[in-house]
Order: sequence, then structure tokens, then C-alpha cells
Amino acid sequence: MKRKLSLFALPYAVWLALLVVIPLVIMAVYAFTDSDSSAATLENFTDMGVYASVFVRSFRLAAIATLICLLIGYPAAYFMAGEGPGFQRVALALIMLPMWMNFLLRTYSWMSILENNGLLNQLFQKIGLFSLIASVSGQEIESFQMLRTPGAVALGMVYNYLPFMILPIYSVILKLDKNLLEAARDLGANSAQVFLRVILPLSLPGVLSGVTMVFVPSVSTFAISRLLGGGTQMMLGDLIEQQFLGGAYNPHLGAAISMVMMVIVVLCMALMNHFGEGEEQAVML
Amino acid sequence: MSKELIRLQNLCMAYDGETILNNINLYINDKEFLTLLGPSGCGKTTTLRIIGGFTTPVSGDVFFDGARINDVPPHKRQINTVFQKYALFPHLDVYENVAFGLRMQRVPDPNNKRGAKLSNEEIDRRVMEMLESVSLKGFERRRVDALSGGQQQRVAIARALVNRPKVLLLDEPLGALDLKLRKDMQIELKRIQQQVGITFIYVTHDQEEALTMSDTIVIMDKGSIQQIGTPEDIYNEPKNAFVADFIGESNIIDGVMVKDKVVKMYGRLFPCLDGGFAENEPVDVVIRPEDIDIVPVEQGQLTGTVTNVTFKGMQYDIIVDFRGFKWLIQTTDHSPVGSKIGIKIDPDGIHVMKKSEYSGMFGDYSSFSDEYDELNGADGAEGQGDET
Repeated sequence: MKRKLSLFALPYAVWLALLVVIPLVIMAVYAFTDSDSSAATLENFTDMGVYASVFVRSFRLAAIATLICLLIGYPAAYFMAGEGPGFQRVALALIMLPMWMNFLLRTYSWMSILENNGLLNQLFQKIGLFSLIASVSGQEIESFQMLRTPGAVALGMVYNYLPFMILPIYSVILKLDKNLLEAARDLGANSAQVFLRVILPLSLPGVLSGVTMVFVPSVSTFAISRLLGGGTQMMLGDLIEQQFLGGAYNPHLGAAISMVMMVIVVLCMALMNHFGEGEEQAVML
Repeated sequence: MSKELIRLQNLCMAYDGETILNNINLYINDKEFLTLLGPSGCGKTTTLRIIGGFTTPVSGDVFFDGARINDVPPHKRQINTVFQKYALFPHLDVYENVAFGLRMQRVPDPNNKRGAKLSNEEIDRRVMEMLESVSLKGFERRRVDALSGGQQQRVAIARALVNRPKVLLLDEPLGALDLKLRKDMQIELKRIQQQVGITFIYVTHDQEEALTMSDTIVIMDKGSIQQIGTPEDIYNEPKNAFVADFIGESNIIDGVMVKDKVVKMYGRLFPCLDGGFAENEPVDVVIRPEDIDIVPVEQGQLTGTVTNVTFKGMQYDIIVDFRGFKWLIQTTDHSPVGSKIGIKIDPDGIHVMKKSEYSGMFGDYSSFSDEYDELNGADGAEGQGDET
């Protein structure tokens, strides 16, 4: 902390101590103690091996969702920033609008869309997709299994977290000095080269914060995986929840899992930020 | 004579119904240092942007080496620009900023339809050569935001010149530098221009900068060209009151051209060198402050009262009241405030101009002493009094 704590920062400092620092300490204590004897132990961490598949699934699905968000979000942000102020206002409102609705409500509505007799499958039925498949392959199907698949979980994450990808990228691109783009064109760069050599490297900070803001909540989500994955796609969030509230009651193990997840996420972010900074300074070829 | 390189023909530009350029006609010679000079909002930067290809004119044509280039995008023009705030790439170091244009270049190659890239050795040689000529050797790996204003300026010039353009456009490139550095860079820029032997088109609102560096000055105001000429022409033979006032200091007096070589001011006849006006045509008369001789009252063509004296080092700036119209006179002789003096003007010190829309707007120094008092505070004014 470089700046002196002013009086106005005091409430936040109290907040920080009560709700961030102390819980972290409590969590650490839980993670390193035994559930029966409360003695110090590393057992919670060694026991975790059986959940390796949950770890892998969580990070894989979060990475996929983040990648999809990036692929959708970057072009969206880029074109938005290039439009007139009127268009930008409307587009921003439309992007934020779903965020003003309750998160669970949004996720439930995806359930009713993806269900076996849900909106999408009914639509496929109406346009004759299933009879087409039947006539082509001879296979009789009544619906696509969409709910309770990894894809549905990834879709839920993309849908919920996409705005967090678009907004930081959009604001970075919007603030780009237009003179730099003219300078690049002046020096002989065509549109593609202007994008690759100037816009893209200069918008990396926005991409990094977008990736962080999507990846972190994705990896720890539990409601999306339970509702759209239907229990078949257990993720770290669900696992931890079970340790605290569910049948497998073991707060010590839950705390240990949380800590490991936290460490991995922090490492990922540190690595990415390091890579990003290096990118900014390094010679782009 | 050098040949014509760029021609602007009947250029008009408007934005939101507001005219920015009004029928600009201009040709620019190869290897010329041409300056577009005018107050802000006169259309000089717009003209530059049209030449660079960043702005498309509403009507009119741009010719480069005889070919119409209205529809040629900036990256295909043999023109490079030094931007007002340099626009250096913050994510690249000095070396890569300068190399940027070279990395974009393609040279004809029989094996490759798109042309071949420049080799790294070629790029390295040219970048280092360029950095050397702008005295930035040893700065290759510096981040551009770690450089001083003057250094950034030189990176911007190097980045543009390394591409060997036929024309370099400079948009108020010295505006962000302090006075001393600006003077040095003026000389430096002129040297570079002569060394590389290409056309420079320079935009500025600083008349002194324009006079120092240019072969040709184009004076613009309200989207129109007011005068084109060499610095000497523009200073000695301004076309109208706007030009006379914008370039240097001028006393501009209402007069009547009685006949060729005789002009009447304050009811007196003055011999001059101008002619070609109608008999008794009302005119504007320009008299530069340094062309006025102070003489004893009885020998003067006009007599007036000194109202203000400012010591400027090389000379005194004195304000003299001639029947309510105040003149600025620059002289090495001291005349105390309140004294009556006579003045004499040689025929070649009088320049007669046709009346224009600018007549009556400039050239009176009535407000001079007020401004002077404001600038210096009451003490300054008292100091003047003590001198007498």
C-alpha cells in the first residue's frame, strides 16, 4: 500500500479484514487439520486424488467456455467500437440487459430450451429435422439429448459470462488512439496488418482481463453445472458445496479443495499476466 | 526548374454542412519545402490529410506525379506522415517503430506474386542508418514512452523517412516542444530535407517557423488560400490585410491611390513604388514597423505622440498616436512617452494592397498599450513612467 489510509478507506479495510482475510485464514486452518481430531495434517490434500477427474473437467470446461467467449466476444467488441455512438449505446444496453435478470432464472430458462421436449427439440420436430435424419440414416430419433451434457454446461457458462469478456475488450479498443491506426496505414499496413500489428497487441490488456473475468467464475461455478449438467457433470463448485452442505459432509476436505483450486487459478492468472506483459514489451513479428 | 509533383485541383471539403475547404488550387514541386500556414481552423490540416489519403474531399482532384490519386488508400501512397502527437506505437521499441514501415514493404519478386519481404539484414541496415542520422543510436531497445519529447519527435521523423517516401507530410510536428528545442529542430528539419532531397509539406500556425524553413509558404484562412509565395514575397508584398497582419507586425492604414506611385494617407501624398490601381481607388497601405524613420517634428511627413515604449533588447517598440490611429514603430532610438515625433517613410517602405474582406480588421495598435499593462501589471506601467 503506497497511499496512506484515509479515513474514507477505513470501512473498506474493515470489510476486507472481516470478509476476506479472516475467512481465508479460517479456510487455511480447516484445510490443514483433521476432521476428527482437529490435529494438523496433510491428509486432506492427499485424499483429493480421487477427485482428479473433477478437477480436470472443471478446468477443461472453463477453458472451453473462456475460449468460446473470446472467439465471440472479441469480434463483437471490435465491431461495436467501430460503430456510431447511438449504435454503441443500444448494443451495450442489449449486452447488459440479461445481467439485470436473476442468474438462476436465466439458467432455468436454458433448461426449458434444451430439454428433450423443450423448445429447441420441438422446433427441430416442426421443421422435420428428425424425419429427415430418419430417412437419410434410417435411425429413428425423437429428440436430441442436449441437457445433461458437457456442451450444455459450457453453453450456460458462455451465456452467463460473455458480457464480462465483451466489455473490457470493448473499452480498450474504444480508447485506442486513432492516430496510431492512421500511422500504421501511413506506413504501408493494409487493414489486416493494422489489425494484427497494432490493434490486437494493444487490446491484449482488455483480452487478459476478459479472460480472467470469465475463467475464474466459470471454473468455480456450481449452479450451472448442476442445472444444465443435471448432476452428470460434477465440477469443483459442486464438489466443494457437497463437502459443506451435501451428503459428503467434510468441511476440512472442502477447504483443502478450495485452496488448491485457488492456488491453481492464481498461478494461471500470474502466468497469463506475465505472458501478456512480455507480449507488450517484446518485439512482435 | 524542378518539376511539379503534387497538384490539388478545385478541392472542396465540408463537414456537417460547414465549409472547411473552399476551392483549393495548389501545385507542389519536387524537392520543395512547402508550408501551409494559417490560424487554427483555416483548413491546413484538412488539406494535409487529403494529400495523405486520410480524408476524401467532397469534390476536386489530387494528382501525384500526373496520376489522379483520389481513390488510392494511404498505405499505397508514396507519402509518409509525421503526426502532430507523433503517434508512435507504444507496444514497440524505438527500433521496431522505425522498422514498422519496412516490415510492411514488398519488393517485386518473380517467384512470389505478392512480392518478397525485405530481408532482415536490409531492414537492420536501413533502420540503423536512419537512427544514426537522427542521432538516436544506442536507443534502439528503449520503449518510446521512456523518451523525451524531442527524442520521440526524431523517432517519428525516422519512422517516416526510413521508407524513402517522395513526400513527407508534417502536421505541426514541433508544437509540443519547448522554444529552444523547437528552434534547434527547425534547423535540423531543414537540414534533413536538404540531405534526403524530397518534398516536405509542413503545417504550422507559427509564422516564424514558416519563414525560417520554407521555400514556399501557402497562407490559408477560412478554407481559402490567401497567398502563395516565397517567404520574402509574402513578407514584402502581402496580398491583403490578413496576410500582412499574420506575417510579422504591420501598420495597416486606409489610403487612396491618387495615381501610380502616389498614395494619399492622412490627407498627405506619399511617394511609393506600387501601381496598377484605378485612379483614386481606396486601398489598404501596409507599413512595417522597421521601415519607419523617426525624425524631428518639422522634418516629418507625419507627426504623432508617443504613447508607449517597450524595450525589446535589440530595439524599442514604440506606439505612436497619429490622430487616433496607433502605429507600432521599431527603432533603436529612444523616444520618451508623451513626446512629439515626426516620421519619414521611404517609398520602398510603403506597400499598397487592394481592399479585401479583411480591410479594417487588422493593423491598428490601439489596444497594444492596454494589453501591455495587463501583461505586466501596474508596476510595468509605472516603470514606463519613470523612464521619462
